[in-house]
Amino acid sequence: MARYFTEEHEWIDIEGDTATVGITDYAQEQLGDIVFVELPEVGSTVDKGKDAAVVESVKAASDVYAPVSGEVTEANDALEDDPALVNTSPEEDGWFFKLTLSDKSELDGLMDEKAYKSFCDGL
Amino acid sequence: MSETTSETEKLPLDSWHRAKGARMVPFAGYEMPIQYAGASGGGIVAEHDWTRNSASLFDVSHMGQLIVSGEGAAEALEQLVPGAITSLKPGRVRYTLLLNDEGGILDDLMITNVTSWVEGDEEAGEEGGWGEPTYYLVVNGATKWDDIAHLREHLPDEVTLTHLEDRALIALQGPNAATALGRVMRGVPDRLTFMQSLDYQFGEWDLRITRAGYTGEDGFEISVASEFAEPLANRLCAEIEVRPAGLGARDSLRLEAGLPLYGHDLDTETDPVSADLMFALTKKRREAGGWKGHEALVERMAGGAETRRVGLVVEGRQPAREGARVFHGDKDVGRITSGGFSPTLGHPVAMAYVARDYAELDTKLEIEVRGKRLSAVVAPMPFVPHKYYRGEK
Repeated sequence: MARYFTEEHEWIDIEGDTATVGITDYAQEQLGDIVFVELPEVGSTVDKGKDAAVVESVKAASDVYAPVSGEVTEANDALEDDPALVNTSPEEDGWFFKLTLSDKSELDGLMDEKAYKSFCDGL
Repeated sequence: MSETTSETEKLPLDSWHRAKGARMVPFAGYEMPIQYAGASGGGIVAEHDWTRNSASLFDVSHMGQLIVSGEGAAEALEQLVPGAITSLKPGRVRYTLLLNDEGGILDDLMITNVTSWVEGDEEAGEEGGWGEPTYYLVVNGATKWDDIAHLREHLPDEVTLTHLEDRALIALQGPNAATALGRVMRGVPDRLTFMQSLDYQFGEWDLRITRAGYTGEDGFEISVASEFAEPLANRLCAEIEVRPAGLGARDSLRLEAGLPLYGHDLDTETDPVSADLMFALTKKRREAGGWKGHEALVERMAGGAETRRVGLVVEGRQPAREGARVFHGDKDVGRITSGGFSPTLGHPVAMAYVARDYAELDTKLEIEVRGKRLSAVVAPMPFVPHKYYRGEK
């Protein structure tokens, strides 16, 4: 399984054609206490770079853009009851949604963990 | 208060905030702490809860501190605000509003009568008496320059306006605020109830301590010379009950307390009637007038305003934010002016201006957020009860 990262602080796990998407620990730290997550509907398609989800912290609402395009196959229902999972376990239990990749070449140019870490260090 | 101008200034406690792990953001022309890192992860909710359960220190030095003094100062102020100032006794504080001729709200502010007692000279047979009438005003940070210009334009020449630019303002808020302050400044909390104020000499520091705040909790606001702000903050935070809290928690606390925020819930398009702030006007002043905006408001004071500020409790967990439209069926009936998630209640709450027919308690409304409708109901404010200290019952 390969994990990729975006400059918008999302992570993407790839297993075959399936991508699991979430936001990084750095992102949740910046957002603060998360009280609500609006996820895309299963069966809908998301386009790379376009709105896919919304994260509401106590402070403000923030858009989460789709890091890759595809059809949404699953949304993390656990976030409905416990949105704070995004704070406590952003890169595991606090995943947002899964999708079937429509264009694997969109993964080109995304960062690996090491590159993402140095990207964050430079912020 | 409106955010960000391109140039931001630093407040006296700037480096103190940074040393405490604050995340600084531009606000009202200053760099201010929105939240702190904190030992237990910190963050807005932790700071919010700590304020409700213990005590927090807020730096509110961005706010404008002004002195209006001279013979006739109270009468002059009464021409600009609808609150009763001539009847305000020394050591007492009043919440009131600066209004324009149309009755629109230019700012909301606190006015304290700080006139001091002058001891008489017994040998010369002189009795003591009150000195020159002096009033201390605390106004919003984002509006202070406009307020100063407005006051300068309208106060008569014999009344002097002084901007206390070299003073910081520190708020200590929460159920343990009195315990903590009383340990540092023995006896001070016992001398004050809600909306009372005193001068206090703490070593060589001249403090102005007021029992009031913006969280709904018991607490104090302490005015101190900028150069002593840091040692005072350290002294207060050395108490086990006290931790620093930022603007984020201040905003969620005041929203729960139903307290409006200028620039969001109040502006020149709103007036004391529509903003539901008529408690700030005595019957006598309502009727007698003699204040800016009175003529424009006579009709509204008698018959009510077209729109009214109300509280809304939102169903579910999704917050409705400022700017969201409020509906009754297909009809657009108003707009959210402040909204967010209430950490104390565990659900979202909001303030909105809605058309008068929809302002009654328990009216079911809907709020449109990103194309979806959230259910909401008009609810009494404060959402979380005030716990002001009004003296032993």
